[in-house]
Amino acid sequence: MNQTTTGGSPAHTGSRGSRIVGLLAAGGAVALLVFALVLSPADRIQGEAVRLMYVHVPAAICMYLCVGLLGLGSALWLVKRTPGWDVLAAAAAEVGLVFTALTLLTGMLWGRPTWGVYWVWDARLTTTAMLAVLLAGYLALRRVPATAESRSRRAAVAGLLVVIDLPLIHYSVSWWRTLHQGETIATTDVKIDGLMLFSLVLGMAVGVLVTVWLLIHRFRVAWLEEEVEQGGLDLALAERRAEAEVGA
Amino acid sequence: MLADARLIAGKDLRIERRARVATNQVAPFALLILVLFAFALDPDRGILDRATAGLYWVAVLLSTVLAVQRAYALESTDGLPDALRLSGLDPAAVFLGKTAALALQLLVLEALLLAGVVLLYTTELAGPALLAATCLAATLGLASAGSLYGVLAAGLRVRETLLPLLLLPVVAPVLIGATRAFEAALAGTPGEGWPWCGLLAIFAAIYVAFGMLAFGPLMEEL
Repeated sequence: MNQTTTGGSPAHTGSRGSRIVGLLAAGGAVALLVFALVLSPADRIQGEAVRLMYVHVPAAICMYLCVGLLGLGSALWLVKRTPGWDVLAAAAAEVGLVFTALTLLTGMLWGRPTWGVYWVWDARLTTTAMLAVLLAGYLALRRVPATAESRSRRAAVAGLLVVIDLPLIHYSVSWWRTLHQGETIATTDVKIDGLMLFSLVLGMAVGVLVTVWLLIHRFRVAWLEEEVEQGGLDLALAERRAEAEVGA
Repeated sequence: MLADARLIAGKDLRIERRARVATNQVAPFALLILVLFAFALDPDRGILDRATAGLYWVAVLLSTVLAVQRAYALESTDGLPDALRLSGLDPAAVFLGKTAALALQLLVLEALLLAGVVLLYTTELAGPALLAATCLAATLGLASAGSLYGVLAAGLRVRETLLPLLLLPVVAPVLIGATRAFEAALAGTPGEGWPWCGLLAIFAAIYVAFGMLAFGPLMEEL
């Protein structure tokens, strides 16, 4: 378990800190299940479907958190040019895409019983779908074979552009929709049951913990990948040299 | 800086004038899209009439992808990337020059497509001031975003497939804004279209500013 790579990093991605976060997240998830499915009441209007809120809203918050980290990592890479920021942006984009997909999926499942359809061209839905495409494009760009420096540079600019474009898309789409129809998501539920509110806040806390846990591991995996990539060349050179010596 | 930009734009336009890729390939492609839309949406049932603005801008967007690919394919051969880097030109000026050349080509293409919808879809051009302003603002936005993503994907072996995936979602606000503005103009209510034109101008301003800042690091990727 205590093997180390050439760079002196551990050969696995867990650490005491990440294990604590992971245990907290797992325990929180169990508690959330109990609160969301058993203890909290069903909604008067929406019935049991309201329980989707305890996953949907936290997923959306984690999505925004990841997009924020993507922008931060990209901007700071351009300023400082240290690989850590690039790896952070990469990890945030991947985890962010997972939460974007989760937000869309739970939103559609929630939309079917409450609005009667899986999809409406609401501003928020459309923006989220566009975000999923933008993140997929960013990750596709990262996958293109290139040197580490070159990849980081392209990715940093592309990552910043995702964050810059998001408000533009949201603004244009919401304006586009409000011309045709009112906001589909009514914001009338000002009074929310105490237990429901607690479950929602618990869901958000668990979501953030899961995000942090995923980000830590993804960050470390990406870091190790980078090290392998860099070490790979040295290793190949050493092998060729050894072969040459045997030949001589 | 403006002199440098003019130099780059002049070079691109001169190459385009001699090679005629834009006139012989991109422009016919754009007109072909208009014809394909007519095949897909029966022209006798009035769908084309109602959808003209949207179809027009989708045709412009798809042609933009081609034009951007062409603009950066120019730079990626014969050691030109090194020449451009060693030329000592300000990266912001290179960006402005590429954007200006691209914008000019797109404007010509848009004029051609407008003639196309007038002839093929029997559209009557109302609100010419709004139409012209929308074309200008949208083209500047498309050209600057296209230049940025063009250089981002330049030099990659998969650029033909990657560029549309990167560029098209980003220019979605242009499609929305330009379509709404055109709809308002063609319907004879240009007052509703001007705010959309403003949105297009904001989009263009943001991308021109960001492009001028980000082109420096990206020039090394050509």
